[in-house]
Amino acid sequence: MLPKIIMTPEDIRRTLARMAHEIIERNKSIENLVLVGMRTRGVPLARRLAATIASFEQAEIPVGALDFSLYRDDLARLDLQPIVKSTDIPVNIDGRTIILVDDVLYTGRSTRAAMDALIDLGRPEQIQLAVLIDRGHRELPLRADYVGKNIPSSRHEDIQVKLTETDGLDEVAIIAQSSLKEGQQ
Amino acid sequence: MRQVQQKDTLTVKPEAPPLLWRHHHILDLDDFTLEEIELVLKTSDAMKEVLSRAIKKVPALRGKTIITLFYEPSTRTRTSFELAAKNLSADVVNLSAGTSSIVKGECLIDTLSTLEALGADIVIMRHPMSGAPYIAAKYLKASMVNAGDGWHAHPTQALLDLYTIREHKGSLKELKVTIIGDIKHSRVARSNIWGLTTMGAKVTLCCPFTLLPAGLNHRQDQFPKVTIEASIEHALDGADVVMALRLQRERQPSGLLPSIREYVRLYQLTESRLAKAKPDVIVLHPGPVNEDIEIASSVARGPRSVINEQAANGVAVRMALLYLLAGSRQL
Repeated sequence: MLPKIIMTPEDIRRTLARMAHEIIERNKSIENLVLVGMRTRGVPLARRLAATIASFEQAEIPVGALDFSLYRDDLARLDLQPIVKSTDIPVNIDGRTIILVDDVLYTGRSTRAAMDALIDLGRPEQIQLAVLIDRGHRELPLRADYVGKNIPSSRHEDIQVKLTETDGLDEVAIIAQSSLKEGQQ
Repeated sequence: MRQVQQKDTLTVKPEAPPLLWRHHHILDLDDFTLEEIELVLKTSDAMKEVLSRAIKKVPALRGKTIITLFYEPSTRTRTSFELAAKNLSADVVNLSAGTSSIVKGECLIDTLSTLEALGADIVIMRHPMSGAPYIAAKYLKASMVNAGDGWHAHPTQALLDLYTIREHKGSLKELKVTIIGDIKHSRVARSNIWGLTTMGAKVTLCCPFTLLPAGLNHRQDQFPKVTIEASIEHALDGADVVMALRLQRERQPSGLLPSIREYVRLYQLTESRLAKAKPDVIVLHPGPVNEDIEIASSVARGPRSVINEQAANGVAVRMALLYLLAGSRQL
């Protein structure tokens, strides 16, 4: 089965613009914001959101990158150890409002790990969550504050987000897992 | 046809697939590929970032038990392994030969079986006999990390040396690395030669011929290619990296050197000799240093010395190794 494209580059651009507006609307003092992207694809999304907010509000918002591999709850169960990359957040997060940014919200376990990783770095005033895609199937009591698109999906499907910075093009596709496996062979 | 296929896989999987970490034990660097060493060094970068935080602790190895078993004295290796394990939230038990049942004559395999029965996931061992960790690894389901075996290998020291060099030079490719001193008795030198040559560095060894290990001239792929230089001035000429080794006085009552004084006169790394090397040369020493024997104290404490950075990087590199091992499976 061929991947079904559910977001085009133009869709992604408009969605991020709307999310940027929502972030501004909800946070009165945007000087206090720090956008933190969850590696890998959360990082370019955080940069784009920050640039969009900057173009609306003439304010520079610091952007950081968070690697949460060392906080995962499934290290012992994975066949392949995730490759650990550095966390790089340019400002002290104490007292700041952090917006965690990720591409897909699924079980919520990555978000849990990312929040633990953040809290080891300091004591933010607030943590909010922004995701491009919410595909459901939560295993933890979490929800996103800003959602680009809700995609009700089956567990047998895979949501593939591609971004120019990491994959050479912007696209969100839904793939049946059997065809994903074929593609990987 | 082939080109089209390659392009296809590029659009489907633009990120490099995750590297497979094949090692259940870390015994020496002779079975490490360039990609595996790179993976260790990159993971060490992330660990170094953890060490720079106010809270230097991450939960990655929570619930794992790590035992250090040292049959020989050690300050930095043991301390840095212990700190590395604790920074990753593992539980650490330290055993020394002098204060355990080993004194009552328990053999190595029995000691290890006991440690495993007590729940060790990783055993870090230093042993005076070359090859001891290889025998141990055969009987052990837990991971074995060689923290130095006799004259043979000290892979974690070599990896932290590679990491320190990479931090200063960016890449190790084509660097001239000169190793000076007691190479015959040096497990550090042996593991470094494997690691450095795998990373593309050019290794020059310099020492009195009595301190040169046997077998360096049997090339048949038994040992990587190195240059041997008797004159320290030639060996240092244009060097990017100099590694001085401790003169292991406890291992040489057998007359390999006419006298320590002669060794100092001919082979000590002094400031005037170091001037032959490149201006941005860095000086490494695995420690402990015999000051004013193999290295002048002005060089050991001088501006080109990175000896203290080596010790600091040791914790990050060992964290990376423990993390990678904890995810490995017995094959």
